[in-house]
Amino acid sequence: MNIKNSVIKFNNVTKRFPVGGDYFIALKNIDLLLNKGEFTGLVGPSGSGKTTLLNIIGGLDSASDGNVSVLGQSLENTSHNERAKVRRKNMGFIFQSYNLLPVYSVFENVELPLILNKIDSTQRLKKVNQAIEWVGLSDKRDSRPSMLSGGECQRTAIARAIVHQPALVMADEPTANLDAENSHHIMKILTNLNRELSTSFVFATHDEKIMGYLKRIIHLEDGQIKKDQLIKNPKFS
Amino acid sequence: MITFLTKGLIRDRTRSFFPVIVISLTVAIVVFGSGFMRGVMNSMLLDTAVILSGHEKVVTRAYSEESQLMPNDLALLGSNELIKRLEIEYPEFFWTPRILFAGLLDVPDQNGETKAQSPVIATGIDFFSNGSRQVEIWELDRNIVEGVLPKLENEAMISSKLANQLGVSVGEKVTFIGSTMDNAFSTYNFDIVGTFNLRKGQTDKQMMLVDISGARNALDMDNAASTILGFYHDLYYDDKKAVDFRSKFNTLNSDSSDIFSPFMLALRDDNQMSTIVDFSNAMLIIMGGIFLLIVMVVLWNMGLMNGLRRYGEVGLRLAIGEPKGHVYRSLVFEAFLIGFIGTIIGTVIGLGLTYYVQENGIDYTKGMEALTNSSIIMPNIFYAQVTTDLFYIGFFPGVFATVLGTMLAGIAIYKREMAQLFKDLES
Ligand SMILES: Nc1ncnc2c1ncn2[C@@H]1O[C@H](COP(=O)(O)OP(=O)(O)OP(=O)(O)O)[C@@H](O)[C@H]1O
Ligand SMILES: [Mg+2]
Repeated sequence: MNIKNSVIKFNNVTKRFPVGGDYFIALKNIDLLLNKGEFTGLVGPSGSGKTTLLNIIGGLDSASDGNVSVLGQSLENTSHNERAKVRRKNMGFIFQSYNLLPVYSVFENVELPLILNKIDSTQRLKKVNQAIEWVGLSDKRDSRPSMLSGGECQRTAIARAIVHQPALVMADEPTANLDAENSHHIMKILTNLNRELSTSFVFATHDEKIMGYLKRIIHLEDGQIKKDQLIKNPKFS
Repeated sequence: MITFLTKGLIRDRTRSFFPVIVISLTVAIVVFGSGFMRGVMNSMLLDTAVILSGHEKVVTRAYSEESQLMPNDLALLGSNELIKRLEIEYPEFFWTPRILFAGLLDVPDQNGETKAQSPVIATGIDFFSNGSRQVEIWELDRNIVEGVLPKLENEAMISSKLANQLGVSVGEKVTFIGSTMDNAFSTYNFDIVGTFNLRKGQTDKQMMLVDISGARNALDMDNAASTILGFYHDLYYDDKKAVDFRSKFNTLNSDSSDIFSPFMLALRDDNQMSTIVDFSNAMLIIMGGIFLLIVMVVLWNMGLMNGLRRYGEVGLRLAIGEPKGHVYRSLVFEAFLIGFIGTIIGTVIGLGLTYYVQENGIDYTKGMEALTNSSIIMPNIFYAQVTTDLFYIGFFPGVFATVLGTMLAGIAIYKREMAQLFKDLES
């Protein structure tokens, strides 16, 4: 694997959570390299550390030991604000429970990352419309989240995650609240975006349907990588 | 971003409309409550001020030493000139002369023989001058029981209690028996034209009111007065100013070696009044303080809850890369804005209400009639009072407490690891 193309690099990363007077080790000595354009899943039983790993990749949480670099920049000794900037510019997030802001329309929800990145309004209009078109929600542009179905909400969240064309999108159980049809619809959209924009995606999941799309599967167990598998020909896509 | 946040603020009524309503109401209650308490406390003081002491009282030094004895031989001479000076030098007050005198009231029968007799405590007040506010402050229009107000100098009103005791009624003549200011024997005939009831318990048991001109004739006190009383134009006693004015006056005008030199006393300098003034001030501070505290806790809590309710939004904004400080400041600024708007509205409502009650009063007479017999001292009309602090008092609960609550909520969110925020969100 090419170092130049690396989006995320983990070097001997350990994560400990204080529990009572003691520590719980959620991640143990993780070494990991994620490249541009990957479509990777973190899989493993509940409690194996998938979410924890994803959060550290996204800078929502920090490693207890070891070093994490994002796009060639080490996150060690960075301030909250610097990490916020990395997220704002280069990352997108998709959550199990969508986390849309209820008082804003689809358009406005998708617009938020661009506002934070201080993109001017004509550019915003163009980019937001495009993102909404990618996820097939052009006709729901002005609807509020309360009027959308679960699948539509998650598609809005996807548009929000990719509207600023980040290098990396993290998705924690994005299909857990959706039925099979919607899950496949969403994975197809994400596969297309991965192909067209060469955005890297990292999933945390135990959904079999998602696994059929993945090009790389990292198996976690008890906070350790048990297997790192490249899939030549994913079942879907 | 500001446009974006403003949109959210306006659309989300639980963040804008409802808090503004709650804050407005709370602030209005605080403002009106303070104004009303102040008015009630003031009306307690006003009774004494009207009957005896004014907000300021000018007497001779000698008179002040023995004022209990109503020593009219020690009265102020040249009172008209003194009043003119006071009006110019102390325009904060309206000034009015009084003569307090005591003696016997004799009711003759058809033959001129004594039918009944009683001690009387009489007050000569300024009924007749243009612009005199004595009828107003004694509330005589309301307190009159029978008859009319005096129109001539030999006309008098007596309290209905005294009228009963003497068995006289409106239209009869009575003779005042006492002494002039030079301690000569004096008798003077008054026509009883009206009776009154001050409804302040036994205060008016032996009271007679005459015009000051009648009192001057009866006691040979031409251009003299026992006391000259000053009242704030809005009838609201401001203790601090009153004390300052009397100190200033006494330094400039009062000569301690001259027992006839004028001497000013503030309301609080009168017998026992300092205790009441201090008590009422302390009550205002304590009651107001407790009240304010409760209200602040309520609004503080609302700020806290409103902040915490936005956990989800805050978590998301942080996740997509908005700096923590930015999120925090926008929460606090929003709380400030809402608090400020609510406080302005609430203060306007509260002041309006206070002003209305200041001008019109809340009349308890009807409701209290059943309860009030003549021996209970109770103001019949409660007036509120608009004072300068009412203009800013609402900002403590309205802005300060709301913002503080939000800041604490913000800090709670701030302190939480972001990953944890999401764990909370998912559940
Ligand atoms: N803030 C925390 N404090 C203490 N322990 C934690 C904390 N966060 C996670 N853990 C523990 O770390 C372990 C890994 O948690 P994590 O959420 O990463 O699991 P997961 O693989 O995502 O599980 P699931 O499939 O159920 O989402 C769990 O045992 C969890 O209890
Ligand atoms: Mg998880």
